[in-house]
Amino acid sequence: MRLHFFIGLLAASVALPALAQKKYDPGASDREIKIGNTNPYSGPASAYGTIGKSIAAYFKMVNDQGGINGRKVTFISYDDSYSPPKTVEMARKLVEQDEVLFVFQTLGTPSNTAIHQYMNMKKVPQMHVATGATKWNDPKGHPWTMGWQPSYQSEAKIYAAHLLKTKPNAKIAVLYQNDDYGKDYLKGLHDGLGDKKSMIVKEVSYEVSDPTVDSQIVQLQASGADVFFNITTPKFAAMAIRKAYDIGWKPTQYLNNVSIGVKSVLEPAGLEKSVGLITLGYLKEPNDKQFQNDPAIVKWREFMKKYYPDGSLIDNLNVYGYSVGETIAQVLRQCGDNLTRENVMRQAASMKSFRVDTLLPGVNIATSAQDFAPIEAGQLQRFDGKEWVRFGEVMGK
Amino acid sequence: MKKNIFLIVVLLGVACVLPFLVSNYRTFQLTLVLVYAIALLGLNILTGYSGQISLGHGAFYALGAYCAAILMDKAGLPYWATLPAAGAVCFVAGFLFGLPALRLEGLYLALATFALGVAMPQLLKYHHLEKWTGGVQGIVIPKPEAPFGLPLNADQWLYFFTLAVMLAMFLLGWNLLRGRVGRALTAIRDHAIAAEAMGVHNALYKSTAFGVSALYTGVAGALGAIAVQFVAPDSFNIFLSIVFLVGIVVGGLASISGALYGALFIQFVPNIADEISKAAPWAVFGIFMIGFVYLMPTGVAGAVRLLLARRKSP
Repeated sequence: MRLHFFIGLLAASVALPALAQKKYDPGASDREIKIGNTNPYSGPASAYGTIGKSIAAYFKMVNDQGGINGRKVTFISYDDSYSPPKTVEMARKLVEQDEVLFVFQTLGTPSNTAIHQYMNMKKVPQMHVATGATKWNDPKGHPWTMGWQPSYQSEAKIYAAHLLKTKPNAKIAVLYQNDDYGKDYLKGLHDGLGDKKSMIVKEVSYEVSDPTVDSQIVQLQASGADVFFNITTPKFAAMAIRKAYDIGWKPTQYLNNVSIGVKSVLEPAGLEKSVGLITLGYLKEPNDKQFQNDPAIVKWREFMKKYYPDGSLIDNLNVYGYSVGETIAQVLRQCGDNLTRENVMRQAASMKSFRVDTLLPGVNIATSAQDFAPIEAGQLQRFDGKEWVRFGEVMGK
Repeated sequence: MKKNIFLIVVLLGVACVLPFLVSNYRTFQLTLVLVYAIALLGLNILTGYSGQISLGHGAFYALGAYCAAILMDKAGLPYWATLPAAGAVCFVAGFLFGLPALRLEGLYLALATFALGVAMPQLLKYHHLEKWTGGVQGIVIPKPEAPFGLPLNADQWLYFFTLAVMLAMFLLGWNLLRGRVGRALTAIRDHAIAAEAMGVHNALYKSTAFGVSALYTGVAGALGAIAVQFVAPDSFNIFLSIVFLVGIVVGGLASISGALYGALFIQFVPNIADEISKAAPWAVFGIFMIGFVYLMPTGVAGAVRLLLARRKSP
């Protein structure tokens, strides 16, 4: 009897390692995990290139600290100049020649659209793409693609919810950029207002090629609206804020997260003209005084000094790069020794309130098999003339 | 002459065997080289042979690409049928653009074409055209498979298809340029008044050269769209036009083979530059460019010619 017990124990101890057998797809081995990426290091959008560099720096730190589950991360990043054909070429190089386990943080809506079909056909994860378009959250149609940041639509829905709560009889005027980004926001606003859509009294668009938005702002003021939704990119946001103030229009203003830079938008617009703007934040702003001694930002600053000394300490894209690095590192830790593409996707889609401490308190990463949108929350903040002051609850999921 | 033909046959042989030796990804890159070669030959007809500088050929490339994508996406045309259509549309567009451009010489023409190149991506985003162009989202098109049950994968098939188109276009170009038309264009380039005195119809030749040049570039654009399977306004920014000009200068002005060298340059050198430096890939690209122009002032084609001549002479 006793002998049987021992044999059973022996068998079990032999069986256990077999259960935790290591499984690999191309790009993973006992010693290495290969991750691919494209970024615009050159060309018109090269300001975003710092994201790729900060991610590379992040993995350097990870490797210095012993890697992930004992494996070093090899991060291969190519320049695509923000040109979709180049992204296709580079993605193919990463998948077919470098044989990466997956691609991560490929940047830009058109670039990612160009490789969307290819990645899903090849069944190689297109992980945490760096764009806010809503279409990346499509687990049924494109099970190998996942976004990261809050989508434009979910952000707009949060503004709508806040407005319905605080000003249910508002008359809304909307200025939006006439492209997929602007329209994505607008759809979110419409959906968020639901049957109260008639609150919108005026919608005006502009083209990126327009020299100013002055006439649009005058039109919006003439509509008699008392709420202004400002769905614009930085240059136009600054002009819109300034013009509205100068012609004496004093609505409640919502400004999209794309343009919340204090240095890049509010200072050119005029800080005193920006008082009272409401926006949604999800990342800690490195310039914001309230985070100067925040442990996460202090840690981030140390990381920057050691691993990316050329990087700008006031550029929040570098906080962004660090934060996505934290996220993917967690996904890989969860994968354990099962480093197949399928498992990477499965683990990325089963993050239960994972906390990245460079995100605002209460904003967590949460996904499921039906929900491929890691961040869907944020906290509203109001500009007081110097900094963004957070208020209210964390909204969204 | 005999030697030349022998060389071409050997090159062709290599071109036919290559896709079976390298990976699909490399085959895809080689396809792009062939595509660029057609576009560069088009630009060379205009700039190299007839002396009109264009900084906006990316616009014709875009036009061809969009023709192919829209015809495949909306009209359901097969990919091969889109090429003549793209060529025809671009020929007309190029010819019409060439008419007012007749009044512009040298740098002024360069500026006018530059404006065209800059405007193109924004025109493609124009919201009244969005029904067809898909706006900023662009159009995703399917990849053609090898027909008749040929034992080729999609990449290899597209490579051979592009190779066939390129050979046909090069042959046509060669025929066009070595005869009367080519001489007339060169005469206009070298001395317009003298050419006119010899009975060359300057206006007709110049605008036709513009049209033919646009046709070549448009066909290349269509092939490029089919290879990449996606078109979007951001694919055709002004850098594309400038890179084309770089391609013909590095490859060799007024040279048919130069188009091929230039295509190799613009396809592979940016990748090499990116591997050398992430911080400043364009700077490295610039150094390569200066190096090439300095060492081979008549382009790669000129240097090859010189080399062959030297080997022959002793």
